[in-house]
Amino acid sequence: MSVSAITGLALLVLIAAAFYAGRARAVAVSGDKPVRLHSLPNYHGYFLAAWTAIPALAVVVIATIVERQLGMSAWTSAALTAVLSVLAGLAGLSLARRRINTGFRARNHVERLIDVVLLASSVIAILTTVGIVASLLFESLRFFEAIDWRIDRFLFGLHWSPQIAIRADQVGQSGAFGAVPLFAGTAMITLIAMIVAAPVGLFSAIYLSEYAGPTTRRIVKPLLEILAGIPTVVYGFFALLTIGPAIRGAAEWVGDLTGIVALQNAVTQSALSAGLVMGVMIIPFVSSLSDDVINAVPQSLRDGSYAMGATKSETVREVILPAALPGIVGALLLAVSRAVGETMIVVMAAGQGANLTGNPFESVTTITVQIVMLLTGDQEFDSPKTLSAFALGLVLFAFTLVLNVIALRVVQKYREKYD
Amino acid sequence: MTSADRQSAVQKRLLKRYRDEARFRAFGIAAIVFALAMLALLIGSIGSQAISAFTVNELTLRVELDAERVDPAGDRSPDSLRRGSYNGVLQDALRAEFPTVTEREDLRDLFGLYTPLVAARLLNQVADNPDLVGQTIDFTFPISDHADLYLKGQITGRESEVLAGGFTISRADGRATIISEAGVFAAVRDAVRADLDLRADAIEARAERYETRSEAAGDAARSEQSSQDAEAARQQAAALRALTRDDGGDLELTPQLPSRLVRIAGGFVSVDAISADGRSVSGRILVDGDADTAASAEVLTLSVPQADRRFSDAQIAWTEALQARGNVSEGFNTWLFTNADSREPELAGVLGAMIGTVLTIAVTMALAMPIGVFTAIYLEEFAPKNRLTDLIEVNINNLAAVPSIVFGLLGLAVFINTFGLPRSAPLVGGMVLALMTLPTIIISARAALKAVPPSIREAALGVGASKTQTVFHHVLPLSAPGILTGSIIGMAQAMGETAPLLMIGMVAFIADVPSLSLDGLTEPATVMPVQIFLWSDGAERAFEARTAAAIIVLLGLMITFNALAVFLRRRFETRW
Amino acid sequence: MSTVYHDTKIENAKVELDNVGVTYGSKTAVSGVALRIPDRSVTAFIGPSGCGKSTVLRTINRMNDTIDIARVSGSVKIDGEEINSKSVDPVVLRARVGMVFQKPNPFPKSIYDNVAYGPRIHGLASGKAELDAIVETSLKKAGLWNEVADRLDQPGTSLSGGQQQRLVIARAIAVSPEVILMDEPCSALDPIATAKIEELIDELRENYCIIIVTHSMAQAARVSQMTAFFHLGDLVEYGPTEAIFTNPRDQRTQDYITGRFG
Ligand SMILES: Nc1ncnc2c1ncn2[C@@H]1O[C@H](COP(=O)(O)OP(=O)(O)O)[C@@H](O)[C@H]1O
Ligand SMILES: [Mg+2]
Repeated sequence: MSVSAITGLALLVLIAAAFYAGRARAVAVSGDKPVRLHSLPNYHGYFLAAWTAIPALAVVVIATIVERQLGMSAWTSAALTAVLSVLAGLAGLSLARRRINTGFRARNHVERLIDVVLLASSVIAILTTVGIVASLLFESLRFFEAIDWRIDRFLFGLHWSPQIAIRADQVGQSGAFGAVPLFAGTAMITLIAMIVAAPVGLFSAIYLSEYAGPTTRRIVKPLLEILAGIPTVVYGFFALLTIGPAIRGAAEWVGDLTGIVALQNAVTQSALSAGLVMGVMIIPFVSSLSDDVINAVPQSLRDGSYAMGATKSETVREVILPAALPGIVGALLLAVSRAVGETMIVVMAAGQGANLTGNPFESVTTITVQIVMLLTGDQEFDSPKTLSAFALGLVLFAFTLVLNVIALRVVQKYREKYD
Repeated sequence: MTSADRQSAVQKRLLKRYRDEARFRAFGIAAIVFALAMLALLIGSIGSQAISAFTVNELTLRVELDAERVDPAGDRSPDSLRRGSYNGVLQDALRAEFPTVTEREDLRDLFGLYTPLVAARLLNQVADNPDLVGQTIDFTFPISDHADLYLKGQITGRESEVLAGGFTISRADGRATIISEAGVFAAVRDAVRADLDLRADAIEARAERYETRSEAAGDAARSEQSSQDAEAARQQAAALRALTRDDGGDLELTPQLPSRLVRIAGGFVSVDAISADGRSVSGRILVDGDADTAASAEVLTLSVPQADRRFSDAQIAWTEALQARGNVSEGFNTWLFTNADSREPELAGVLGAMIGTVLTIAVTMALAMPIGVFTAIYLEEFAPKNRLTDLIEVNINNLAAVPSIVFGLLGLAVFINTFGLPRSAPLVGGMVLALMTLPTIIISARAALKAVPPSIREAALGVGASKTQTVFHHVLPLSAPGILTGSIIGMAQAMGETAPLLMIGMVAFIADVPSLSLDGLTEPATVMPVQIFLWSDGAERAFEARTAAAIIVLLGLMITFNALAVFLRRRFETRW
Repeated sequence: MSTVYHDTKIENAKVELDNVGVTYGSKTAVSGVALRIPDRSVTAFIGPSGCGKSTVLRTINRMNDTIDIARVSGSVKIDGEEINSKSVDPVVLRARVGMVFQKPNPFPKSIYDNVAYGPRIHGLASGKAELDAIVETSLKKAGLWNEVADRLDQPGTSLSGGQQQRLVIARAIAVSPEVILMDEPCSALDPIATAKIEELIDELRENYCIIIVTHSMAQAARVSQMTAFFHLGDLVEYGPTEAIFTNPRDQRTQDYITGRFG
């Protein structure tokens, strides 16, 4: 067993001991008449346990960070941490123990502590966002500095080949960090995915909510949910194994029949294959969001339309869809954001060539693929090549954030309208 | 408008309206059918791939553990045993099966029937039981991935035809000529000619494609290139056609044509020439036979030419011979579940990645569950309506839609580069996934808390409980099943996540099974989805099936988790 | 239970119900309803809530078809023609029988498009001009034209509740129906808007057969010529409104109109 494991165990024992010590002390000061206490003995126990745990854990965290900075050996550092943290725990224990007496409001103290813990937990969500924004911004700024602040070349440059820009004298020249091919690739795959997912998802939702009987719904809905639960790496393999070769085969066959060179030169890892599979992945996303939205359309509108002698499809097209439109737009925006940020399918199925092409049978690359390429394998953290991944991450984050904010707004407005 | 006018107008349009209706409905059905068909295709194609990885062909050899070779120092000490030449004794065992194989290149091919890594297993077996030294034991190990694929029919099509009528065999210089007075090889000869014709046809078709491409091409250089390609193809086709002409000489079989192996008198000959009259074939002896005459011969036709595969005719003959001798058996692939990753597909397993997943998800659960539940409790039960809580709410909704790869970037920049936590470690992976699943857990926990009716809270507060006591003693226990369900679903999600873990270096090749302990948290590891990603990229074909098998294992894990969630929901669900 | 019919001569019944029953799943909502409803008059369905008024009303334009679990038995005839027969298409039927609901439900479209909805789907207008004319007459008949003539392109939902309900009535009469069903059309409106609608119903009576479900006995007394009283899924009493209100023959009717229950 390692030193750190022993430390952990020792601290646990200490904290437990503190709890019992607090309880015993409280009973003792009350002269064995716990009713005279302001708070139940258990609260005194919790109080003591907390004041043992907090200093001890704080010391563990601080000591670990400081020791790492000082570059101590692993064993010394672990041993030192162990000693310091146990001492801190004992100190907290003895100080807090003195406060216990009959009038001591242990419960209020404990409850205030719980409040603090709860608030601190919720703040983590904010810290996460702050951490994301700060780290992306910070590293991106370093990247922009490395390319001489030619952000325009990054955003509008047509040539992406970060590997040739590793040497310092090449940086900033030759437009090696022009991200337009990545944006174009991302856009093309997203477009293909949405061309698949939007109609299929929407029509599935319409059919399930307006046409299907309860039995069909009961069977089909969970099946669609399975589609949503499959890990993206599985979709990626599916594209690589089945869809990519099938598309390539079909394209070559048609290409040979028609003599279209673009089709004859189709490759297995293509924008079409990745986009198609991504579309399949997004179908349940679109359909379940649309389903919610369509179900939120009041029944009275349907009744009104049917009472006018409209058929089901007329009711759907003329009344339900216009009523649900904002919600559906919101759902589609969320789906787009999903597609833009999707990584594994494109990494596995879209190839890596930074082609600036409109031909879906060629391989393209996307923002996420490049982030993965740049940050996997050997990397020195300070090279512009590595830093550029964070600039791409920043673009990705900003874009999806804007989409999400708009989408959530739209959906919320819509919800309010019919609530 | 009178009612009669209206009625006739309505009738007039009715047919078209119902056609539209039917079309619209058909679109709906088509959409669902498409989605479900894709699901079926996905599961079908991966499942059918996976099946072959769940079985494996194992080779059993009689291995002589010669004391001098496996225990150089002669003292049975672990040290000495470790210096022994275990691969050497394995090689000897294989050579004993095929004594006529002596050429260096042939031997290399022969030893290619297994990976030398299995020698380590033999060593461990002997080290565990030093009494084995000097004995001859049966040692079983997975046959090479290519041999395994061949035996599963995935390297080449294989047709067998038994010819009868009596044969005589004459051998010289490692070659054999097999003579059939009845001329039964005529059928083989015709089949080879048909093969040649087919190939020539295909090449001519390709030539035509090059020609059209040359005409269609925009620039001169491309057009020129294509027409050169076309010319080359035409010549190739003409050469093949020439072979098929009956000019009285032998018909030659090149490695570019489907192979023909003749199994005769317990040996194998690979045919490279057939006499024009169909009375004799000749070729290299791959496995030596034991007689000069035979009543029957079996012709194996291997549809993939030797030049197009990485498993030679000789290796096929050896594998067939070993199988005929009972040295090969197919069984459940336990290696897949007891080994960590390996460069050799036949030894690669998912155990390492499974343990990595367990460690990572344990960290995720330990962090995300309490933080998520506390946040939910705070927002639902305690939070005052103010700027800060509004901000937290908006934040959580947005975090839920942030691409997962961004969380990976956060982990890399903050946990690894700033805090100096180790790369590739389940600890960091778990932390990143915890931040990622936090919104899911918070949202579902809030829903569960919301579902507890206010009357419960009022009742508790009414008997003098404090707010905190009310929440922790009454509301939280009642919403626990809902919270647990949501958390499990969140964990299942995290279990399938790949991209953020690539960012923090969990893509390393790790051949050791990580230790399932606290120390394992900071050692390099990988997880199931990343293992799938790594294998999907594997150069060896056998990795394809193993990738699919790993996917089935991962899906099985996730289904188990989700089933648990459904079970919990059913079992403990309370309707208010 | 048998129904008490007041002695009235209904020469040409527009709508005839005979032994009509409706079940929702295993639950019987109404049974054995027989009624002869005259044309060019207003017939009110009254009774405590949940007694099946809406359910009976919805058998007349087969709106119960849209509820999966609803089953209708018995015979409903309009102009002597059985509407529950297979050969009658509900889409065509509903062009003859318009319906107005409790809560105003204008579509999320402009005022113009709301009124033009029926003529468009049924193909009743052969051009823009004709459609304009239909919209204008319908809005005029619904007494809404003066209020909305200059903002036809605004969404129907931008109108006030009473205006919305008149818009919905305009929408219904735009297809020139013969029968108009109204299910508590005023229950979501204030008294002034209610008065306007009642006035409108009175005007429409000259051209249509109107059947109105109402909660308010005062309203039934004000607008209807015939009244049917329902109780717990049965039609209890049917006759001229005056007779029902002044001389109810069934104890339950009497209790209800004197306000003893309901
Ligand atoms: N869609 C429905 N599904 C099931 N039961 C219904 C449905 N609509 C009405 N009912 C039932 O039928 C009975 C009559 O309802 P209804 O006709 O709406 O009454 P009223 O309009 O007189 O208030 C009630 O008991 C009601 O619960
Ligand atoms: Mg009603």
